[in-house]
Amino acid sequence: LRRRAALFARRHRLAPYLLLLPSAAVIAALVLWPTIQISELSFQNYGLQQEIGAAPAQWVGFGNYSHVLHDPEFWLSLRISVLSAAAMVPLTLVVGTLVGLLLSRLGRRMAAFVSSVSVLAWATPAVSASVIFVWLATPDGGIVDWLLSRLPSWLGGGAHWAAFSWTNSALPAYTLATAVVVWLGFPFVAVSVLAGLRTIPVELFESARVDGGGPWTIFWRVTYPLLRPIFQVLFLLSVIWDFGVFTQVFIVIGELGQRDEYNLGIYEYATAFTLPPAYGVASALAFILTIILLIITVGYVRASVKEGALQ
Amino acid sequence: MTVAASLARRRRRLVRRAGVNLLGLLVALITLFPIFWMISTAFKPATEWYSLTPHPLPAHPTLGNFRAVIDGNVIGLPYWNFLKNSLFVTLVSVVASSLIALLAAIALARFRFRFRTTYLIMLLIVQMLPQQALVIALFLDFRSLNLLDSLVGLIGVYTAFALPVTIWMLRNFVAAVPRELEEAAAIDGAGPMKVFWRILLPLVAPGLVATSVFAFVFAYNEFIFALTFLGTDTAKFTLPIYVQYFYGRNGANWGAIMAASTLFTVPVLAFFLLVQRRLRAGLVAGAVKG
Repeated sequence: LRRRAALFARRHRLAPYLLLLPSAAVIAALVLWPTIQISELSFQNYGLQQEIGAAPAQWVGFGNYSHVLHDPEFWLSLRISVLSAAAMVPLTLVVGTLVGLLLSRLGRRMAAFVSSVSVLAWATPAVSASVIFVWLATPDGGIVDWLLSRLPSWLGGGAHWAAFSWTNSALPAYTLATAVVVWLGFPFVAVSVLAGLRTIPVELFESARVDGGGPWTIFWRVTYPLLRPIFQVLFLLSVIWDFGVFTQVFIVIGELGQRDEYNLGIYEYATAFTLPPAYGVASALAFILTIILLIITVGYVRASVKEGALQ
Repeated sequence: MTVAASLARRRRRLVRRAGVNLLGLLVALITLFPIFWMISTAFKPATEWYSLTPHPLPAHPTLGNFRAVIDGNVIGLPYWNFLKNSLFVTLVSVVASSLIALLAAIALARFRFRFRTTYLIMLLIVQMLPQQALVIALFLDFRSLNLLDSLVGLIGVYTAFALPVTIWMLRNFVAAVPRELEEAAAIDGAGPMKVFWRILLPLVAPGLVATSVFAFVFAYNEFIFALTFLGTDTAKFTLPIYVQYFYGRNGANWGAIMAASTLFTVPVLAFFLLVQRRLRAGLVAGAVKG
């Protein structure tokens, strides 16, 4: 029998490679090859002239990169990306964790109801969610301004909120985009945290409570240390997603109209796809964006390896 | 313990229970509000949504907004055209990515070979590459291949970008099938194909459903690639681009915009409510562990 098994194994030594072939081919052609092309393009002066064939594409060394690094719009967009991620990531994680903790305390039916509703938010397409939030916050007829203008002033309300435009400058626009990102993103965090909580034996919480720990102490002394791997992965995933957020911002700022509201990804996209196209410079921006995200991804991969996900 | 003390304790627990459930209800209502507001606006005539005092429900519900969307006032094509595009792209890419991912998952879960870990790490990294970066190169490639304004090009891209997550998820499902079952069948003289069809496939089927849902959501919602590749040919638009175009070109006709958005969103949400139990298990098994 063992000999048969060995024979089988030898005869099928190529099997895993054949099984991987289709996926490897598709990913290589449509993901890896474009990545290589981007890095190549980022060293060429590929723009409108080259596109219509009036001039050949030439290697310009680090020309595109030095252009980008001396470009104030690049630094503005980078700052917007960093600051908006710094708001989106913690908010998504905190709201998601709180909802996850709440879910673990609810009665069975209420928990099922709340998590169904959360799944609905998660499943809403980013385009729809963004358009809905823009409508909620639109200056004429939107419910957000209506509510804020009726709030008492000690809650920050007041008549100046009537017809307040949320999309005309960067800070309100990214506040709105953050609301969309958090609304779409917290259910994933909540469900993951809830799944983690289910793996912790109830006795641990009970004994902590008997020892006189309040909810705050219990969370930081028991829950967080035990769920640290999950939080680590959720944190890194959120950073990657929110730093590169595109659709929500694209719709909230009203397509590519207002350059001072671009984040890094939108700035790169606009450089490539608004006239005149500058594919070379855009590729340099794309490469910078990719490198930043890859650095964060290394942290994500290491966290996954530590968690034993590669076994 | 006295009866009174135990009663008081029970009452305290009941009050706390009710408080927690009330909080849960509040969270659910806040979460649900944007979806509710979208649907409610879609049924309001212009005089109502363009009013200075918003009302939660339409006083005189109308189907006019939906009619405008379905008849195609903006692009001149009925809504069904775009639904058809979206479903075509989504279903083909879901089937393609599920099949390809299943093969890869079997290799990664059942065989030990060189580059196995490398391949897994490659998938993790590929999953994180920013789409707005790759879209530049893919746009130039597709233009020289005449694949712009074509749904076929989109299908390829959606298949490729769904693969990392679907492979990771399916790998866990394949690994969960007891190897002994396959070995017993092999000893009984069943060839690898028979083992696959009779044993592995039926047992992995629930996993395939979960991963298909993921691939479906990704392709149905995808925005950047569709926006870039389908730029000029409005008849080829998929639903996300259609809704965005509708919103961009329709000034502030929020009733019609919300109707378009409702027609795009509500079918997915209904589908999710049906499959969500299985999905939540898959969400956790695949995404967090991956």
